[in-house]
Amino acid sequence: MNRFAELLDRLSYEPGRNNKLRLITQHFREVPDPDRGYALAALTGALSFKHAKPGLIRELIAARVDPELFALSYDYVGDLSETVALMWPKTPHAQPAPSPARGGGEEVATALPAPLPMHLRRGGLGGGEPLPDARQGHNNPPPPSLTEVVTTLATLGKAELPAQLVHWLDELDETGRWTLLKLVTGAMRIGISARLAKTAAAALGDKDPHDVELIWPGLSPPYLDLFAWLEGRADKPANRDAAPFRPVMLAHAIETDDFAALDARDFIAEWKWDGIRVQAVSGRDDDGNIVARLYSRTGEDISKSFPDLLPSLHLPGAIDGELLVLRQGRVQSFNVLQQRLNRKSVTPKLTKEFPIHLRAYDLLADDEADLRLLPFIERRARLEAFVATLDDPRIDLSPVVPFNDWTTITAARADPAAFGAGDDAEAVEGVMLKRHDAPYLPGRPKGQWWKWKRDPHIIDAVLMYAQRGHGKRSSYYSDYTFGVWTRGDDGDQLVPVGKAYFGFTDEELLQIDRFVRRNTTEKFGPVRHVVHEPDQGLVLEVAFEGLQRSTRHKSGVAMRFPRISRLRWDKPPREADRLETLERMLKADMEASPH
Amino acid sequence: MVLATQETLDMMRLRYGDNFAGRTQAIRYGETLRLNEVGIGFHPAGHVLGSAQIAMTCNGLRIVASGDYKDVPDPTCEPFEVVPCDVFITEATFGLPVFRHPDAMREVRKLLDSVRLFPERAHLVGAYSLGKAQRVIALLRATGFDSPIYLHGAMESITRYYESRGTALGDLRLVKDTKKADLAGAITLAPPSATSDLWIRRFPDPLTAFASGWMRIRARARQRGVELPLVISDHADWDGLTATIKATGASEIWVTHGEEDALVHWCKTQGLAARPLALVGYGEEDESATTDGEDAA
Repeated sequence: MNRFAELLDRLSYEPGRNNKLRLITQHFREVPDPDRGYALAALTGALSFKHAKPGLIRELIAARVDPELFALSYDYVGDLSETVALMWPKTPHAQPAPSPARGGGEEVATALPAPLPMHLRRGGLGGGEPLPDARQGHNNPPPPSLTEVVTTLATLGKAELPAQLVHWLDELDETGRWTLLKLVTGAMRIGISARLAKTAAAALGDKDPHDVELIWPGLSPPYLDLFAWLEGRADKPANRDAAPFRPVMLAHAIETDDFAALDARDFIAEWKWDGIRVQAVSGRDDDGNIVARLYSRTGEDISKSFPDLLPSLHLPGAIDGELLVLRQGRVQSFNVLQQRLNRKSVTPKLTKEFPIHLRAYDLLADDEADLRLLPFIERRARLEAFVATLDDPRIDLSPVVPFNDWTTITAARADPAAFGAGDDAEAVEGVMLKRHDAPYLPGRPKGQWWKWKRDPHIIDAVLMYAQRGHGKRSSYYSDYTFGVWTRGDDGDQLVPVGKAYFGFTDEELLQIDRFVRRNTTEKFGPVRHVVHEPDQGLVLEVAFEGLQRSTRHKSGVAMRFPRISRLRWDKPPREADRLETLERMLKADMEASPH
Repeated sequence: MVLATQETLDMMRLRYGDNFAGRTQAIRYGETLRLNEVGIGFHPAGHVLGSAQIAMTCNGLRIVASGDYKDVPDPTCEPFEVVPCDVFITEATFGLPVFRHPDAMREVRKLLDSVRLFPERAHLVGAYSLGKAQRVIALLRATGFDSPIYLHGAMESITRYYESRGTALGDLRLVKDTKKADLAGAITLAPPSATSDLWIRRFPDPLTAFASGWMRIRARARQRGVELPLVISDHADWDGLTATIKATGASEIWVTHGEEDALVHWCKTQGLAARPLALVGYGEEDESATTDGEDAA
């Protein structure tokens, strides 16, 4: 458990993706089976046990410490698990024998009756002897391993949980206790995706992460067969899953200059739908029953969120497509679709109000046949036949947009309604260009698929606050809060509408950083207030994909994917946009998708 | 007139210049002075080089003012000494039971582990220039680490002074005399304020650590953008404060400079008379020091 706790501790402070990968891979390299396998399971969210409620943790600490001291500590730290992990006292019976030296850091428990002669407490330092390797906050007997914790939790009855937790809390050190409490309360938010953890595992054996992804559905903790393969001690585990995920193919964003080198006749065009990319897979298990699963583009199984779509996947195969909400045959905006995401429970009311739909644009497998190496044009023909056979109202084809030259497709992108998208035009966020002969390749192969998004929304906003970034950017003010004008009690005032921390070039970052340092009006911890008056301040051109109503923001709106597209040194802040402009955009967006 | 240990007087001169006081008088640990009816003695506080507790005795009543202190080993200064007394005035920088400092050697090993795992990154350790920096260097040396350690210019004079008083710190070099590429995989110490400022752009892919008792609290470390928090403090932790209070045998405790409430409460549960003592100019110092950079904790 201690090794895993050290890993989590370190990951929780590390902002860089590559550094996180290295830390995790290092862990897999140094920690033996089955502990490392359970670590992988914890990081990928593959562990399942009944979570302890915060109330239980409070009861446990209340039985151990003075309530006043707990209240003061909790108030200071602000996080329950962390407070308990840090102040959890030792039990008298678990104490090491009293020693005259506090030396290497063995704690003297607050309950110890007699003071120790502290002038003797110099330990072994004076004579240059090696320091005692005593571990602070670490009780006897040795702390539990991650394996012990995970396997015990899986079978433990509810009534036995409190005593077991106390036992472990007594045995672990501060970091171990923090990890244990995060684990058992199911609140392990440390910014690691399942994908990242699998990539780190793949790196252990110099394997392609896609290969791990491919066999993943057939694996289970503690992944002994996976690690054996990664370390070259065994063959690749077979994927016995009836409905496995296949790594997705991604598109490059096309730039104006790219067209010159491309021949329109080599390409097929489709609409780019503003929904969620999914892979809908079904297959037959050993008993011949259909197993259907829905995966996100990163291979996460999201079937539980869309039970209403699963019955439609009644033919064995693997569809690549877009998840959308359709009402009376019309595609709804992304805002509407979002109401269906990240829900704890999927109620009949939800599925009725937000009918889910799959718009198919590729077929990776047709029954047993793997189609991925066929040219796209052949896969498209198979897809059309497959969808026709499926004959299900929830699944349809993403239509091909006919064109002969780049001029036509430019016009189609500018006005999808006039080029066949009809009433669904508002849900089109651009066009996709796919080579006829492109096989289905994992990752983002060059020159096969292109995405050509419609132009983003643009507003001019005023820089209001700046915060330093993390990692490489820790000496730069690189996170910006910007606002637009609105009528306030004392005339016009700026109201924050969003935050952005990318979009600018390195050179622009230097310029903004200099501006922030020279124009700070106040500092609040890591946040700087930057001058924002009608005639003084910096106007940022902000590009974004869409707007949503938000109760969390004072302005009442929230942007999707905001980024800094240009610095408007030429523009005085008074000429920046107004909140009314955003509200009009929001209204237009809502009208396009009536509820 | 400043009465202090020779080391304290020397370091005040280094920091504030030759005219830092009208008159000075040096006093040794264990030496007693008489001021009218009052006997005054200085005793090691174990905080930094030259730090002292002051014991005042009059008509059989002894009051000890601890000043900043810690009761764990520090290779760079005299160890803390318990002075039995009737009234003990204790600091309380870390006067909450959530503050329990781990073994400093273990924290230093964390730093070395990171250097091994990220040998291309410059490891930049924020540390208070007086005491903490020298202690971190001495701890690194105690592990057998003998590569050059790089210093921010602001730390040079105090560090050289420590060496002159007999603390061997090995090969120390200044960042300003060093090429950027040579700082990759090296350990550099700098005042905390410098680790989040323009200065760090001279380092290749810097990884910022911070050696401070405040690093025990995650939100504090995150707020500063610290990637490698090292819980190393020159102040007593909760267990150290409470054990020391008991060891002095004092029946009355005055608590100052930090989190007074919890420690006063604890004293009362132990049957000790206790009260917070608000000293002018103290209290918020550590909070403000955190943003201004120099953090004594």
